[in-house]
Amino acid sequence: MKRVLSVMTIICAVAMTAQSKVIRVGYTKSIRSIQQAVDLSQNGDTVLVDPGTYMEKNIIIQKSITLKGINYPVLDGENEFAIISVKTSNATIEGFRLQHTGRSEIRDLGAIMIYDSYKVCVLNNILEDTNFGVYVQNSKRCTIKDNSITAYGKDEVQSGNGIHCWRSDSLVIIGNKIKGHRDGLYFEFVKNSLIWRNVSTRNVRYGIHFMFSNRNTYVSNIFERNEAGVAVMYSKNIHMYNNHFLNNWGDAAYGILLKDITDSDISGNYFRKNTVGLHMEGCSRIELYKNIFNSNGWAVKIQASCDNNDFTRNNFLGNTFDIGTNGSLVLNTFTGNYWDKYEGYDLHKDNVGDIPYHPVSMYSMIIDSNPAALMLFRSLIVGLLDKTEKILPGVTPENLRDNKPVMKQIKL
Amino acid sequence: MKKILKYVVVDIVQNKIVLIYTFLLLLISLSVFNLESNSAKGLLSLLNIILILVPLICIIFSTIYIYNSSEFIELLVSQPLKRKSIWISLFGGLASSLSLAFFIGGGIPILLYHADSTGFMMIAVGLFLTVVFVSIAMLAAGMTRDKAKGIGLSILLWLYFSLIFDALVLFFLFQFQDYPLEKAMVCFSFLNPIDLARIQILLQMDISALMGYTGAVFREFFGNEIGVALSFVGLFLWILFPLLLSLKRFNERDL
Repeated sequence: MKRVLSVMTIICAVAMTAQSKVIRVGYTKSIRSIQQAVDLSQNGDTVLVDPGTYMEKNIIIQKSITLKGINYPVLDGENEFAIISVKTSNATIEGFRLQHTGRSEIRDLGAIMIYDSYKVCVLNNILEDTNFGVYVQNSKRCTIKDNSITAYGKDEVQSGNGIHCWRSDSLVIIGNKIKGHRDGLYFEFVKNSLIWRNVSTRNVRYGIHFMFSNRNTYVSNIFERNEAGVAVMYSKNIHMYNNHFLNNWGDAAYGILLKDITDSDISGNYFRKNTVGLHMEGCSRIELYKNIFNSNGWAVKIQASCDNNDFTRNNFLGNTFDIGTNGSLVLNTFTGNYWDKYEGYDLHKDNVGDIPYHPVSMYSMIIDSNPAALMLFRSLIVGLLDKTEKILPGVTPENLRDNKPVMKQIKL
Repeated sequence: MKKILKYVVVDIVQNKIVLIYTFLLLLISLSVFNLESNSAKGLLSLLNIILILVPLICIIFSTIYIYNSSEFIELLVSQPLKRKSIWISLFGGLASSLSLAFFIGGGIPILLYHADSTGFMMIAVGLFLTVVFVSIAMLAAGMTRDKAKGIGLSILLWLYFSLIFDALVLFFLFQFQDYPLEKAMVCFSFLNPIDLARIQILLQMDISALMGYTGAVFREFFGNEIGVALSFVGLFLWILFPLLLSLKRFNERDL
């Protein structure tokens, strides 16, 4: 019994020492290179890096260690290399300033590259002038949290993505600030992930771009002033709650573009001052409720290829056009929304308008086929045309209507 | 000249119609801002008033005023005064008093409820339209001695600028929709003062929608300072040309 105890004590002690081993790196320390420290370390060790600038040409981490910077030491890629590559499980990278990654036509170079890994955490780093910021490939349960990722991309071809995830599962991406990349966040074949409280602004293409990424949840993110807004395509079971889509202006800029999205939930989002707030193409069975569309050119453009989408209890305020569409076939429902352009009455005083509201104005149909006609908007003749159309619908789809428009703005 | 101007202004300001016009405008503007849930929507309703009602009142009132003061004009002509100064001071009196009426009736409520760039643009545009349509009225009144004909002509001109012109442009757009028409549209807008005014306000209010494809062309032209300046120059020319034309007629006419 005593022997067993002592063996256990020894094992524990060994384990403890192994756990608590800290390797310091710095100009004044015996180990000056991070790669050297990483090579010396064992699973569970911590590598602590002193402030300073380190030119290390792609540090490769293949052990379960914590790499931690004190006061944001600078890791510089000299405009030529990737900075850190991780191929392991249970590793953490925290508190660095990573800058000037290389750019390559052939390989994707980024600040933090995570390949075939499990449970890797990237926390609280500052990334500046990176091609790709954080690059996750074929990994599971990784966390990317509180990083500030800035690039100065000029065109789509020359720049990479802020957070790029490919063929991964169960990622958690929280509180990152991403700016000036091609796509702020990019997901392809990523499943079961949570994207929460990120801010993605002024990117060259999309604030967030995902394709073939099913069962993901997007909560409380802000997407602002991206060249082409946000685009999401070919995915199922998407949940988007309380996101902000702001100030995306341009001929192909959308607050959010949904293409072939099915069985999803979009709620509590706020669309303001976009050329098109929400653009839907080939979408099915999406529940859209409690969203606010404010001061957009078109609040919603819904193509005739969409079916079984349900708009309920949304607020439409001060948009130039509420709904735009491109055909007369309507397979979607609008119920109980608030439309500030509604001119009906409510005799029962139950806060539900007594006559249906037709959110597609005739002129938005005309503009759809003849964009130059936008210049006559708000003129007397257009007003008369719209009024006549409201009384005797001929051009606009008769079935696209809200039968129970709410009289007062819905409090959300 | 100053004396005539003063006389005309005092005469018009005391005129009941102008007082009613001011009061009505004030009433409409205030009620529009108070009734609508948000002031942006109120501004939108006011836009229709500025683009339709203001030109109509200005053109008809000015035409009638000129016909009614034909005896007064004859009296002035018999005095040692230049015809030019008589006509210009008549115009100045009409324009300044109607502008004042618009500013009190429409401008002050806008300043009270919506004093931002959109509001300021609206006031500027309203004042310009007032003067433009006074000028057009002078032309219409100078065309013929027959009062009924003159008023008919001014109503027709108003109808043309506020409705028929846009209908023609729309028709044109659809006939030639296979061609790139953005630049042509910019040119067309200069042919109608109401369109010029409307586009300036459109750029303030519907900027999100205008950023679409054709919008970009328009924004490039009208959206920057040069474009804004150009469109105000356009409005100014719309004041100048009818006025000069009518002045020429008045100079040559046998009263």
